[in-house]
Amino acid sequence: MDQFTLNLLVIGASFALYFGIAFWARASSTAEFYAAGQGVSPVVNGMATAADWMSAASFISMAGLIAFGGYNNSVFLMGWTGGYVLLALLLAPYLRKFGKFTVPEFVGDRFYSTTARMVAVVCLLVISITYVIGQMVGVGVTFARFLEVSTTTGLLIGSAVVFAYAVFGGMKGITYTQVAQYIVLIIAYTIPAIFISLNLTGQFLPQVGLVAGYAPSGGETYFLDKLDQVVTDLGFTAYTADTTNMLNMFLITMSLMIGTAGLPHVIIRFFTVPKVSDARLSAGWALVFIALLYTVAPAVGSMARLNITTTFWPGATTGETFSAPALSIAEIDSNPELAWIRNWEKTGLLTFADKNGDGLIQYFNEPKPVTDANTALAAAEKALTEAAADADKAPLEAAVAEATTARDAALEAAMLNGQSLAAQGLVGNELTTVNNDIMVLANPEIAKLPGWVIALVAAGGLAAALSTAAGLLLAISSAISHDLIKGALRPDISEKGELLAARISMAFAIALATWLGLNPPGFAAQVVALAFGLAAATIFPVLMMGIFSTRIGKEGAIAGMIVGLLSTAIYIFMYLGWFFIPGTNWLPNTPDAHWFGISPAAFGPIGALLNFATALIVSLLTKAPPREVQDLIQSIRVPKGAGKAVAH
Amino acid sequence: MAETTSANSYWAANIRIILISIVIWFACSFGLGILLRPTLSNIHIGGADIGFWFAQNGAIYVFLVLIFVYARIMNKIDRDHGVEE
Repeated sequence: MDQFTLNLLVIGASFALYFGIAFWARASSTAEFYAAGQGVSPVVNGMATAADWMSAASFISMAGLIAFGGYNNSVFLMGWTGGYVLLALLLAPYLRKFGKFTVPEFVGDRFYSTTARMVAVVCLLVISITYVIGQMVGVGVTFARFLEVSTTTGLLIGSAVVFAYAVFGGMKGITYTQVAQYIVLIIAYTIPAIFISLNLTGQFLPQVGLVAGYAPSGGETYFLDKLDQVVTDLGFTAYTADTTNMLNMFLITMSLMIGTAGLPHVIIRFFTVPKVSDARLSAGWALVFIALLYTVAPAVGSMARLNITTTFWPGATTGETFSAPALSIAEIDSNPELAWIRNWEKTGLLTFADKNGDGLIQYFNEPKPVTDANTALAAAEKALTEAAADADKAPLEAAVAEATTARDAALEAAMLNGQSLAAQGLVGNELTTVNNDIMVLANPEIAKLPGWVIALVAAGGLAAALSTAAGLLLAISSAISHDLIKGALRPDISEKGELLAARISMAFAIALATWLGLNPPGFAAQVVALAFGLAAATIFPVLMMGIFSTRIGKEGAIAGMIVGLLSTAIYIFMYLGWFFIPGTNWLPNTPDAHWFGISPAAFGPIGALLNFATALIVSLLTKAPPREVQDLIQSIRVPKGAGKAVAH
Repeated sequence: MAETTSANSYWAANIRIILISIVIWFACSFGLGILLRPTLSNIHIGGADIGFWFAQNGAIYVFLVLIFVYARIMNKIDRDHGVEE
């Protein structure tokens, strides 16, 4: 059976499972549609939360980010897990006690104001819609890669699948589907990791392998020391090198942590458990299931980095990095164990070019002056070849000669393995593209694992993207049908009418997400940075103040949310372009231009501080919340009396 | 009146535990993982220095223990103050 058929079978079987579960767990009331009837056990909810939380970015991209960012990208590991501590301690139990269906509903009741509720709806929609774009793009890319269809077709298939189970199942269907999706994705992630850890370190647990000895050299050198050695030999920054900007690393981690705790699609998952104590416990279980992937990810990333490097410098496997020549093109085409290189070349995620024509692919960190000089030379040569036949070519030829001299000087100045590039006949790095995502997607092939593992990784990637998309779409549709329609426009709508409105909103949200996925504004990574920054600066502070302060009133909350939203959005747009339209940024997105070196992705905590400060000052100038709101605050602070949610 | 006093002391006990937990949460991630890494670079866990290990693995284990311990302590405090469900 060929790989394509195998992929099709495994993916098809996983989809049949999701549809079956969705049919069995379809929602018949608004309580089931919004909060799965509040009868989900903490362990099951924890597993569903983990699938909801771990997106295509966690499954496919994170290990690659860590592989190439090393220690610096630990921000994702700490940031995307530490938020669950904040959820368990500061938000989840109290919001569960409040016992209603949406985040804006809490804001509206606690701050006794429909305006506050609507501002929260706006924040929620901006956060969830920006987040869902990345998921839809992820679904399209994964389908395209493994089912050999175009990205557009892949995206449309993905939308249809989500539509089928989210519209009918609501939160109930989504919850039980996410449990199945979690199991698929965690198996798909850990099996290749265990095999690779055994290969490189002899350790079964990848978490132990990360800090163990490097097996091919007899285990006397630590794996991490070996990795540092090989990458620095090739001119890259050491894998474990310390950060150059501690403040920025601190703020990005904080932004991801409080952003996680402020993401509406994560918070609403804690409305589904029966009791307040279950909400605390469920956050713990969610983190258990998340940690199974997140503690393995550093091993996956670092081991894949070493594997791909030693593939191109075979001498590095057992000896010094340059003890054998670089990998030859003849070897790539003749050795069946290296067939994956040509396979992935077709997708554009891994590309190489034999620039100096020696038949070998030399992979190293090309110094910037060499890159710039090569680019200038290529431009000069292009101008010469494109010149009209009767044009005066002398000045163009002179330009090429000048660019060649400059390039040769740059090659003379750049060093690799103790010699200049020029002396070794090198003109530049020849492994021209190594996409982050390949670190997970091609991992089974690089480690020479059987075909069914490759198919499982495909199903796992799709499970990760689909489960997160479904959770986000539910948050969006409940904000529209419950907060906007039932809460403001048509308060007298019947339960049946609201359920229908919820389903129509869901269909509408899927259509919008599909359209945005087909026409994404800017890059998905930038868009996700915005989602975390905004959640950190708007939803998290307003919920915190709503629970822990009896003094903050509606004026303060509204002003705080608006200041948090605008300050964060403006800071991000200033560097990344207004609404991510390329070329409309005021300042270049470089560390020198950043305010105190704070990158746009790190602004969330500052926005949150501005939110807190504004809310406090405005509240001190306005009236304290009325008596019945004081009673509400006292009641959410104690677990006693949390029953089934009141539907109306 | 007795009920209000009980509710107040319950809330004070909760806040105290939250503050202790937040200090631990901060210390294992931002402290050991980021701010103190250069200072503690001589201490190793296997092939990694302690700051690198906490940033990539250790902080997550501490987070896990923290949540389950908090959930457990709160269940006891809920019962002691008679506010459990």
